[in-house]
Amino acid sequence: MCENAYLTEPLKLISIRKETEIDFTFKVEYNKPLLPGQFLELSIPGVGEAPISVSDFGDGYLDLTIRKVGRVTEQIFEMRPGDVIYARGPYGNGFDCKLYENKDLIVVAGGTGLAPVKNLINRFVSNKGLLKSFTLIIGFKSPEDILFADEIRQWETSANVCLTVDRATGDWKGRTGLVTKYIEELEIGDPASAEAIVVGPPMMMKFAVLGLMKKNLPKQNIWVSFERKMACGIGKCGHCKIDDTYICLDGPVFNYTKAEKLLD
Amino acid sequence: MGYKLSKTSFDRLLQAMSKRYVPVGPMCAKNAGAFSDTDSIRYGKITSYADLELAQKSYFSPKEFVFPIRETLFRFNGSNREVPEVAARPIAIFARPCDINGFNRLDSVFLENGPEKDFYYARRRKNIKFFMIECLTGFESCFCVTMKANKTADYSVALRFGEDEILAEVKDEEFISLFEEYGEIIDYKPEFKESDNAKVELPNFEGVDLEAVFNHPLWKEYTQRCIACGRCNTSCVTCSCFSMQDTAYDAAKTLSERRRVWAGCHIDGFTDMAGGHSFRKNNGDRMRFKTMHKIYDFAARFGRNMCVGCGRCDDVCPEYISFSACINKLSEIIKEMKNV
Repeated sequence: MCENAYLTEPLKLISIRKETEIDFTFKVEYNKPLLPGQFLELSIPGVGEAPISVSDFGDGYLDLTIRKVGRVTEQIFEMRPGDVIYARGPYGNGFDCKLYENKDLIVVAGGTGLAPVKNLINRFVSNKGLLKSFTLIIGFKSPEDILFADEIRQWETSANVCLTVDRATGDWKGRTGLVTKYIEELEIGDPASAEAIVVGPPMMMKFAVLGLMKKNLPKQNIWVSFERKMACGIGKCGHCKIDDTYICLDGPVFNYTKAEKLLD
Repeated sequence: MGYKLSKTSFDRLLQAMSKRYVPVGPMCAKNAGAFSDTDSIRYGKITSYADLELAQKSYFSPKEFVFPIRETLFRFNGSNREVPEVAARPIAIFARPCDINGFNRLDSVFLENGPEKDFYYARRRKNIKFFMIECLTGFESCFCVTMKANKTADYSVALRFGEDEILAEVKDEEFISLFEEYGEIIDYKPEFKESDNAKVELPNFEGVDLEAVFNHPLWKEYTQRCIACGRCNTSCVTCSCFSMQDTAYDAAKTLSERRRVWAGCHIDGFTDMAGGHSFRKNNGDRMRFKTMHKIYDFAARFGRNMCVGCGRCDDVCPEYISFSACINKLSEIIKEMKNV
């Protein structure tokens, strides 16, 4: 008999960090191997299950940065350290970090799209020598929506960080405008060999990729990560299928030469 | 091995077989149709030849024996997760070749797609044997020949239900003693339907710009007509999509269960993500998504088309949308695209 992949496992909540009013990072005990960009099917008994990307991980733990937007996530926000949350996975292909070594890497992230690339960013920030250069263009709707503010400041020490908000509020003194505006301003030494990762809402990804291509980045050097409804994470439920591609199995990370052909 | 049985001896055989198997087949549920004084043809447990409804096509496919409309995956009892058992007695499904081929398509999704097999499907599927109903004429909306789903070798027993007698070919040794006891040895091999009543021409997508197909005004027609009721999905033997559903037995949620329930690509909410993003908001786009899946992209992944041409989606659509007509329109459009 085959294994029951739907049997979800208990994970102990270690700590909770408030990122914004509606985004919290939940640190849980975790010991399975993981790749940056993978996701879990997270659940609360009696409430439901939802696919959530892993935002960071290390020895004995992983982080899930969750926005309070649905039935399951609302309940997760009621949890306290020591509580048990259920999860199965990890699922998805994740990012192949080796691909970017000794290259100029540009990461463009919009909103919660920063979560699935956070571990990859941390990895390259703490191993600066692995990349030729590292540029981050990170956009949020407003200053109140900024995730991982402390870490972004740390990243500035070893990467070129461009943090922008769509519209300034309060005493925001930083950059404003969409990420595409800052892609236009990029100076890429050798675009033909540079690599880029783009993660965020569908419209942002579309225009960010077009912007990068205008900068002469070949599409085979551009990587995107998709987000879709998923009930199973293992290629059965059908919700995430686009054409003959299952986002949960074949993705969520795709090279743009493949991603551009995925028509919902 | 071939056998001949009278209706009476067939009934005795069914009874004897019922000790080890649950025989199920198409039946007429009187007055159970969607409208008053109408019947519903659906699968159920049969005890005699008279229970079988062979003159009409069943509205629902037999897929629910391996993929129930709603299935409890496990119960949470505090920190315990309890997986319910399923009946140990295997099921003998009386089905036409199209439906047996439909199970083969379900196998691809549940057992072959990705590294993990579906535990719940697998444990039911291994308990299924097919008693193939020979089908030489089909029904008005059938196009199994076009879909290459008119033939199958995946059966334990094949049966021809004649006016007075029943002919059987028994391939599965397990059933030979039964037929020896109740039947008389003769020569019989089942035949298969060789032409379709619904004339369908499959499009040849080779070298076609799929984006142009996706953006074609053809699909707009279905935005006008389709009401997203999902009957085509629920009646389809090959539709395998599902959603997860949790339900708690008490307010404190110490006891609860996780189920999976059928979902359909035509039905609202199929692609909705928490936070508000969704895809294919127009019903025409859903028709396009389903059509391409059934006759193009499933084959790109698994090597044969998903649709088996049973025609149930045509039979059940309350808006009289014909899937076979849609395929034919698409074929014409693709020919035009290639000629330009």
